[in-house]
Amino acid sequence: MPEEVPVLQVDGISKSFDGVEVVNNVSLKIYSGETISILGPSGSGKSTLLRCINWLEKPDRGDVYLAGKRVGRKEDDQLMSDHELASVRTQMGMVFQSFNLWPHFTVLQNVIEAPVHVLGVSKDDAVVRGEHLLEKVGLEAKRDAYPYSLSGGQKQRVAIARALAMVPTVMLFDEPTSALDPELVGEVLSVMRDLAAEGMTMVVVTHEMSFARDVCQEVVFMDDGQVVERSTPDKFFSNPQTDRAKRFLTRYE
Amino acid sequence: MTDLEIVLKEWPRLANGFGTTLLLFGISAVGAFLLGALMVGPLRSRSKIVRIALRSYVDGMRMLPFLIFVYLLFYGLPTFGVKLDAWTAGLLGLTVYHCAYVAEILRGAWDQLPVGQTESAEAHGYHGFRLIRRIVLPQLVLNTAPVLGNQLIYILKDTSFLMIITVQDLTYAASSIQSMYFVPLEPFLIAIALYWAISLLIEGFVRVVHGTAKERGLGHA
Repeated sequence: MPEEVPVLQVDGISKSFDGVEVVNNVSLKIYSGETISILGPSGSGKSTLLRCINWLEKPDRGDVYLAGKRVGRKEDDQLMSDHELASVRTQMGMVFQSFNLWPHFTVLQNVIEAPVHVLGVSKDDAVVRGEHLLEKVGLEAKRDAYPYSLSGGQKQRVAIARALAMVPTVMLFDEPTSALDPELVGEVLSVMRDLAAEGMTMVVVTHEMSFARDVCQEVVFMDDGQVVERSTPDKFFSNPQTDRAKRFLTRYE
Repeated sequence: MTDLEIVLKEWPRLANGFGTTLLLFGISAVGAFLLGALMVGPLRSRSKIVRIALRSYVDGMRMLPFLIFVYLLFYGLPTFGVKLDAWTAGLLGLTVYHCAYVAEILRGAWDQLPVGQTESAEAHGYHGFRLIRRIVLPQLVLNTAPVLGNQLIYILKDTSFLMIITVQDLTYAASSIQSMYFVPLEPFLIAIALYWAISLLIEGFVRVVHGTAKERGLGHA
């Protein structure tokens, strides 16, 4: 049987800022329909790794492949043009810790903006799909509200709908619940659980252990820019192999 | 005839001058805004040459008194074989001078814009001009409406300098009535009232934009 091509393959990514190696030779493979979580203490390089995947940060070394196609560089090693890179990024949805909704647009406008102006979808089609997505994240009633008037949890659900509107191949979540009041975390995680259950391929940088345990097929534990341990959630949470993972987990019990 | 009657008799002069002022103001305000908005991206260009060139232009305009600039355009350029009529020189002067201020206002506002705004746009496939036009610029305008409004009022007032290069604007009309009939006060009072009326319109426009901004939680800058 031919080997299945991973939806996302990260191959030896390294990134340093001002001489400090924040991500050090990290490799990952994520197959279609999988959800993996990247755990680790603050400053362990998880967010930088995620931002290297869609080249919001240009990796110093290593490669990213999306459905087998190289991201950021062309076959001849030349950097992609801004236009080529932008086009690749449309296939990777990204959800940020601080939501980053566009405040001058309404909720629905946020969701249809990039499909219409980047992908060239007709406005009518985008609205139909946008309304459907807002319904899915439970915010159809807020379609004409401005982000300013929403709670953090609502903003993050709109941000998820906005990313999904691009029909991405993979979704990247960068600590999606870290900026939320504790009572609002649940509504966002519930949307993400539904997505995972529907078979979306997801990479989730998070501090939510319950999400990693219940939803993910794989847990990647990072510290000091390196992958220290990777295993199934069951094994990772019940029987971590490394001292660093053990120390990390005791803080969450 | 009283002084006021003289001025009223000469109203076509004032009306013509007012029309010229309005037209010069309107075209140069739109032009300065569009050019300034076009410059805001290149002011942050990755190319050092582009950045330095635009920076020099913006700073050059800002340190140059407008009157001297217009003098140079009208009386100085013919030395190099470029001869502009007064109207063209005036319009060009206003636009080219004030677009530097607009660019600087918008650039400053971009520095205050959370970096997450452009990052989320890039993550959704935006880059270059489209990113600026759809995501960045509307926020910059909403965030700086009162400051941009001030700049519009400066543009309006600077139109009155153009009488020096023989543009027959409102100030020129008032001044010519004054010198023909030796009525020193009334023509200028009327001119002031008309400038004030345009300023009020500008203020009203700014208030609408600022209200739009506040409705979206913007415009605190």
